[in-house]
Amino acid sequence: MNWLYDFSYLTGGIHNSLSEHFEPSTVTLIEMILAGVAFMILFAILGLVLVYAERKVSAFFQQRLGPMRVGKWGTAQTLADVIKLLMKEPLMNKNADSFLFNLAPYIIMIAAFMAMAALPFAKGLHALDFDIGILYVSAVSSLGVIGILLAGWSSDNKYSLIGAMRSGAQIISYELSVGLSLLTIVVLTGSLQFSTIIESQANGWWIFKGHISAVIAFIIFLIASTAETNRGPFDLAEAESELTAGFHTEYSGLKFAFFFLAEFANMFIVSAIGATVFLGGWMPFHIGGWVGFNNIMDYIPPIFWFFGKVSFIIFLMMWFRWTFPRLRIDQLLTLEWKYLLPVNLMNILIMAFLALMGWHF
Amino acid sequence: MEEVTQELESKEYFINMGPQHPSTHGVLRLVLSLDGEIIKKVEPHLGYIHRSIEKMCEHDSYQQIVHLTDRMDYLSCHINNEAVCLAVEQALQLEVPDRVKVIRTIIDELTRLSSHQLWWGVMGMDLGAITTFLYGFRDREIITDIFEETCGARLTMNYNIPGGLFFDIHPNFQKRTKDFITYFRKKLPEYDTLLTNNVIFMQRMKGIGKLSKEDAISYGVTGPTGRASGFSCDVRKQHPYMAYDKVNFKEVLGTEGDCLARYKCRIAEMWESMSIIEQLIDNIPEGPVKVPTKAVIKLPKGEWYQKVETARGEFGVYIISEGQRSPYRLKFRSPGFSNLSALDHMARGCKIADLVAIMSTLDLVIPDIDR
Repeated sequence: MNWLYDFSYLTGGIHNSLSEHFEPSTVTLIEMILAGVAFMILFAILGLVLVYAERKVSAFFQQRLGPMRVGKWGTAQTLADVIKLLMKEPLMNKNADSFLFNLAPYIIMIAAFMAMAALPFAKGLHALDFDIGILYVSAVSSLGVIGILLAGWSSDNKYSLIGAMRSGAQIISYELSVGLSLLTIVVLTGSLQFSTIIESQANGWWIFKGHISAVIAFIIFLIASTAETNRGPFDLAEAESELTAGFHTEYSGLKFAFFFLAEFANMFIVSAIGATVFLGGWMPFHIGGWVGFNNIMDYIPPIFWFFGKVSFIIFLMMWFRWTFPRLRIDQLLTLEWKYLLPVNLMNILIMAFLALMGWHF
Repeated sequence: MEEVTQELESKEYFINMGPQHPSTHGVLRLVLSLDGEIIKKVEPHLGYIHRSIEKMCEHDSYQQIVHLTDRMDYLSCHINNEAVCLAVEQALQLEVPDRVKVIRTIIDELTRLSSHQLWWGVMGMDLGAITTFLYGFRDREIITDIFEETCGARLTMNYNIPGGLFFDIHPNFQKRTKDFITYFRKKLPEYDTLLTNNVIFMQRMKGIGKLSKEDAISYGVTGPTGRASGFSCDVRKQHPYMAYDKVNFKEVLGTEGDCLARYKCRIAEMWESMSIIEQLIDNIPEGPVKVPTKAVIKLPKGEWYQKVETARGEFGVYIISEGQRSPYRLKFRSPGFSNLSALDHMARGCKIADLVAIMSTLDLVIPDIDR
């Protein structure tokens, strides 16, 4: 069971056994393919689980049961939906730009895939560990907006175009807040590498160690990342009651499913970043000095800690979505540029001061 | 060079909102002239659900006309039925028993409550808070259950007939209604915690879609929409019918005339409706529930107008009779039609999201507008 606590046993074992039989370059190639397949499987499972979770969470918020008929407690409902979506006819407007129209869902999916590759899932379970990890993830995840813009632009529908333009303004603005709130913690860790950030939280998570500044940064991160993933109350790009479905009005079948999946994947990615940077990633919950308590916490494998924290943040995001009304576009931009951004900048200054004086724990 | 600058100039463009659109609540088609997101003009186009009800009435007997009014404003169908019945009773100079008056009033108010509950749920959904829809429906379900037990139908009730009611109330009616009022007095504050006191909601509502008192009067806007602008237009107060002269209730008046005022006006009306029901529910007089009428009602030659207060405003029935079994001409004055006419005035200069908010505070029911 050692591998459950440290995946480097598992990954190292695979690497060693491959090295015995193949050239080093072939080993790298095989490992890349293995990692790719693993991510695809993870992506599919995430889609299934999160869609089911969203339906159940929304149902419980709305005093109903949600899917109950397909499988036990409706667990196979998402699978049934996937089959339905696969069998749907892909439709396209006559005057739509077919190349861009077909390209857009893939761009969104690829952006989500690339961002996911750099996430640390557990000890030793980390496909790419750059020294600029955070920078890479925020750069790659913002590529998705190109897909949204293309989808709105190419589908020959004014509603889609309005949705895409809204989304462009929204995501580009909120990208700043996400980046700056992450930088607040980077000031403390002195590193952009995910593994270093996690190691630095071995004796306490940054949200507890970083005074009030870290809490403010976490709240700003939550708001901004909800906006960045286009989820309610910031789902202006979709805005069902205003723009019918915004940028993906004209998509059907599998291409619609791609947009749908990418939304959930993005939600997972931002939650994973939040969990890693603020809540210690796969680090167990430790209280300084309480050896017995800390040992019990260590019994829970890191991968459960990681997914537990991620699910907590995902639940928060679902909570927002099912209780808040939607903002208007000008209010959305006012919130970012007049409130979140100045607060964020001040917060970084305070945090830098704290780090400089060594006043954090 | 000049051509390039001309191309870059922003131009107005049109967008068809509806006839299939989630927040027009039916087959209303709005042609919007937009500059970016800002609305320059709203042009409602009607006719997608026109069933020529008024023309059909010219061939139907008066009992049949009552049923047609269900299909107009289906959320206040009982009140619509009542308007026709009252007009016919007025023409025949029938005095309905006190029991009928009280029961009609109670069911009127229950209908108003259920309509406002639905409006509240749908309004939240229009603003993106989907959860409110299910909360509104949860409470509305109880009222429709009471209706189902009393008259067999949940939505299009047809409980009224010229001369009284189809049959007496169910024995459980009083108890269940009282239970509902106690329940809903506890649940209505929940509406405020869920939606009213939300910061985002306040921002979306305050100062949006202003309608001054003068404009409200000149556009003929009635109901909670008109009263939110300070226009005292409650038919129940001005021209009491049925048991409304016997009960104490406040006519809710707003001053601002914006979306928030209309919202608050409807929430306050729910409290008033509950108090009206409470005053009447224990005092239903004994007696018959209908005055016998002839199988074929023939109104004398003449003209009659009867107006009632539905959940949306003043609903009027104008009957011209030539002494036949059907009216010579029948005209409905539906509140939704006049309220919709003010939409363009209210929405100019707003954003698309505001238009959705304004429309849902107008509480439009499209079959009522397009008869």
